[in-house]
Order: sequence, then C-alpha cells, then structure tokens
Amino acid sequence: MKKVRIAQLSCGAEYSGVQKEIYEAAESVGAEVFFPDIALADVERAVKKFGLDVKSADLKLMIARALALVEGKVEADGVFIGTCFRCAEAAIVRNELRRYIPENSKLSVVSYSFTERTTAGTLLTRMEALTTIARRRALLAREEQTGITMGVDSGSSTTKAVVMKDNEIVGTGWHPTTEVIKSAESAVSDALEMAGLAREDIQAIGTTGYGRFLIGKHFGAELIQEELTVNSKGAVYLAGHQRGAATVIDIGGMDNKAISVIDGIPGTFTMGGICAGASGRFLEMTAKRLGIDITELGPLAMKGMGKNVPMNSYCIVFGTQSLVNALAAGSSPADVAAAACHSVAEQVFEQQLQEVDIKEPVIMVGGTSLIEGLVYAMGQLLQTEVVVPPNSQYIGAVGSALLASGFIKGE
Amino acid sequence: MAKVFIYPATSLILSDLVARFGHKPLGAALGIRERIQTGGVDSPPLQITPEEPKRGLKYAAVEVPSGVRGRMAIYGPLIEEAEAAIIVTEADLAFGCMGCARTDELILFSLRQSGIPILELEYPTNEEEGIRFVAAVKKFLAGLPDGGEA
Repeated sequence: MKKVRIAQLSCGAEYSGVQKEIYEAAESVGAEVFFPDIALADVERAVKKFGLDVKSADLKLMIARALALVEGKVEADGVFIGTCFRCAEAAIVRNELRRYIPENSKLSVVSYSFTERTTAGTLLTRMEALTTIARRRALLAREEQTGITMGVDSGSSTTKAVVMKDNEIVGTGWHPTTEVIKSAESAVSDALEMAGLAREDIQAIGTTGYGRFLIGKHFGAELIQEELTVNSKGAVYLAGHQRGAATVIDIGGMDNKAISVIDGIPGTFTMGGICAGASGRFLEMTAKRLGIDITELGPLAMKGMGKNVPMNSYCIVFGTQSLVNALAAGSSPADVAAAACHSVAEQVFEQQLQEVDIKEPVIMVGGTSLIEGLVYAMGQLLQTEVVVPPNSQYIGAVGSALLASGFIKGE
Repeated sequence: MAKVFIYPATSLILSDLVARFGHKPLGAALGIRERIQTGGVDSPPLQITPEEPKRGLKYAAVEVPSGVRGRMAIYGPLIEEAEAAIIVTEADLAFGCMGCARTDELILFSLRQSGIPILELEYPTNEEEGIRFVAAVKKFLAGLPDGGEA
C-alpha cells in the first residue's frame, strides 16, 4: 500500500530526542514523515509574506515550510506540527500555522507540543487520524448505516457496544473497562441481547478506542480505527448534521478531543489533557468523594454555584485538594460538584478549544456529555448552546458501526 | 592555542577563521560530531535521545522547553571548555544559523557570565565592514595565548 506522506513542521523535536518516536508512530500506521524541502532564499521571503516576525530561525523554517505546502511547491497528504511544550514563541507559530494551513489548503493538520517524554504511543492516535483522513476519505463520506453491523468502543474507563440495523440503533451495551476483552465481551453480549440478534447475524464489526487493536483482533473486526475520525462521524450522524461545519468535544476518561469537523471529516483536531484534572477521571473522582454515583453528579452540579468554590486546578491532585478543602470549609456538595464541572470545562476551553476554530453547532459526545453540569459549564464558557445528541455516550461505537457498514461484503 | 567558542556555532566561516589563526574553534560541528560517532545510539538526525534534555538540566531548569535543554546538552559542555569566544550578532541565516532563539539567549548569557575574553561583533553588511570584521577577529585571536598569523 502506498504510504501516506505527512509533512513535519517542527522546532526542537530532534533536540528533545523525540524525532525517533515521531517516525515510529508514523510508520506504525503506514505513513512516512518528511521535512518539506525548501531553499534558503524561501525562508526570509516566507517570513515576510506570513508577517510573523519571530526570532527563532527554526520557527522561521517552519513558516517557510508551511508556505511551501500551501503554495503547492511541496506535496503532502497531511501535516504534523510539533514544538516544545512551554515555548511561548513556538506556541504562537504552531497555533498560527495550524489555523493558516487548513484555511488555505485541503491539508489536515494535527499539532502537538512535546516534551522529552513523548512516546510513539502518545502520537499514534493523532498520526492514525491523519492517515485515515487521507486514505479513507470515501469511507468517511458514508452518511447512512446499512445491513446489520456492530461497533465496539474500548475506552480507558468504559467499553461500549452498539448494534445497528438499517440505520437504526437496535442494541446497546455499556460496561466499565477492567479486563479489555472481558469488558468488550460483556458489552457485546448485552447489545446483542437487546437487539435480539446472534453474533452470526452481524455482517461487519468496527472497533475503536484505546483497546481497538486488541478487541479488533479478538472479534475479527473489518474496521479498526482511531476515535478521532470515528467520533467525528458518529457525532454529526447522531446530531443529524452531516453536512457543513461543526465542532465536536469529547471529554474522555483519559484524554479529551476537540475536533473541527467539515462534512463529517475532521479538519483540525487536538487530543490532549496534559493531566487528569481536565478529564472525566476528575469528575469520577469528585463523585466518589461526594459519595454519589457519577450519574448523580450532573443534576447535583446544576443545583450548585461553581463560583462559590475556588477550583481552577491544572492537576488532579491539586484539584482533589481544592475539593477536600472546600468541603472542609463548609461548601455544599452541590457547589463543589458545580465547581468541578466548571473546572474541567474551563481547562478544556483554555487548553484545547483555543486550538480549534469553534464553529456551530458545538456537539458534545462521550459519557461525560451526560453530566449536564459539565455541558452547562461548557455552554457558558463558549456562549453558545451545546448540542448533546441522543445516545451520545455511545458515540465511538455508533461511528464504528456506521463506518463498518462500508465493509459488508458486496458493498 | 586557545579553545574559542564561536557564535553562531554553526558558522563554517567563523570556524575556519579561528582555525586559520591557530586556535581550536568550538562550535556545532564539534558537538554534533561526538554524537553521530557514538555507537549504539540511533535517534536521527543528531543522535540525541531523551537523555540529552535531562543532561541539559545542568544548564536550564525543568520549566525550560525540552528542545532548549537538548540543545544546551550540546553547547553547554563546549561553553564550559571555552577559553575565549567570538560572538557575531544579527548574522545572516547563510552565515550560520542558530535554530532556537531561547537557546541563543541562554548561550550568549552563559558566555558573558563565564568571564572569558569575548569579542562581540555585528555581522558586516558591506565590503568595508567585512574588512574591519576580519581585522578585528584577527587582532582578537592574535591576542590569545599562542595566537599567531595565518
């Protein structure tokens, strides 16, 4: 199969010792990373044309390479922008290029700020998404589910399974992720039982999520795909907004995804969550500390006033500290729940949503979208109505089942 | 012969000038040569592994971006070794380019703090300035221990 060519625009990757990891991540998804070739004379011209007068010569080079891609002097299938975590000048360039490239070309872009601890595993899903968008554009254009298909989403916290038949969800299953295969088996059994179908009736299976490769192999899946493209597709499908622009927000158990979608295909996306303080894990922990079920956290948060509790932590440990302190100081559980929701929403807003262009409708998906306090907080921050489509918690499984129908024999 | 750190450390012209006047230039070529000749390390293209940013902690705190610390792992030991330095400011990219602006600031600061003799020059923009530039370099290098004519 022809390799997908991903252009690397970076500063510091070689010196941080992570270049090898970038190559490895790309290679594992059938892609190759290359540096756009430009002449010295192009550098000054490009910096002048782009209008961002940076000091760093490596960042000037990044700008020149980006312009070469946009001007079509160098061909690529996708773009990976990477700079050192904590570098302010690089963050400005990374952000502007991430905006500039999709606005002026058809190239999909993923950006990442790395440390010396960045591994190929961390970059894998991002590289896979870039590759999928380039390679499977036709599949991602699929708007309707046909036949009987199943999607399984093996997430870090929960495993979800969905059975679909003729564009309808006929069975669902949801289990906490403990042993990856065992949890998937349980979710699949529940979904099949609800649908009144047997395993043999399923015409194609799609898997996604952290455990996608393992369960994909276990179930003999026709489609094993990362969650960025799958969730984008699932979100616009469930929200009935398959055409045009949309923004998908998925606050997960381990990381968060913010995806700018055009016609169901991710344009730019970020996958982040430097720490667990900005994820579903923090809300899970909050519910546990408050002695309530996670399903009760949302309604409780709606009764509280987040502003009454200071909780703007960038770390789950400090977040927990704020929470314990607030309760000890006499804050009500409702206020604490609201503050926790606001804190997570604020971090996603500050860290990730600044990196994608927010276009309405804003669709929130994943298990956390059922926590109404979190959805409310996000809506407040974005000053827009946030759409939570039905079955939003099954988003990855629905997207997988939908796309898997492209693999039914004879299609 | 003195060990002279050159800035921009990638400048071949500056490196050549220092060598011509009988001294040892300390620059990127030297720092990188050591890495690409080290057996068993396979991170392209500079043979830098995530260990280098950790070694760079000697020169910059952990809050400093990893790329700066990785670069300092190359240049820091050379600065420590240097007995003199020539700094050319506002240099053209083609003269020799130092990639990271933040590392540049730290390198220049470290050199100025080190107490070694330093010649600071602005990059020449015409022939006349070029002649004065080379003459100044020559005079500086001749004044260093065992400095001589090319």
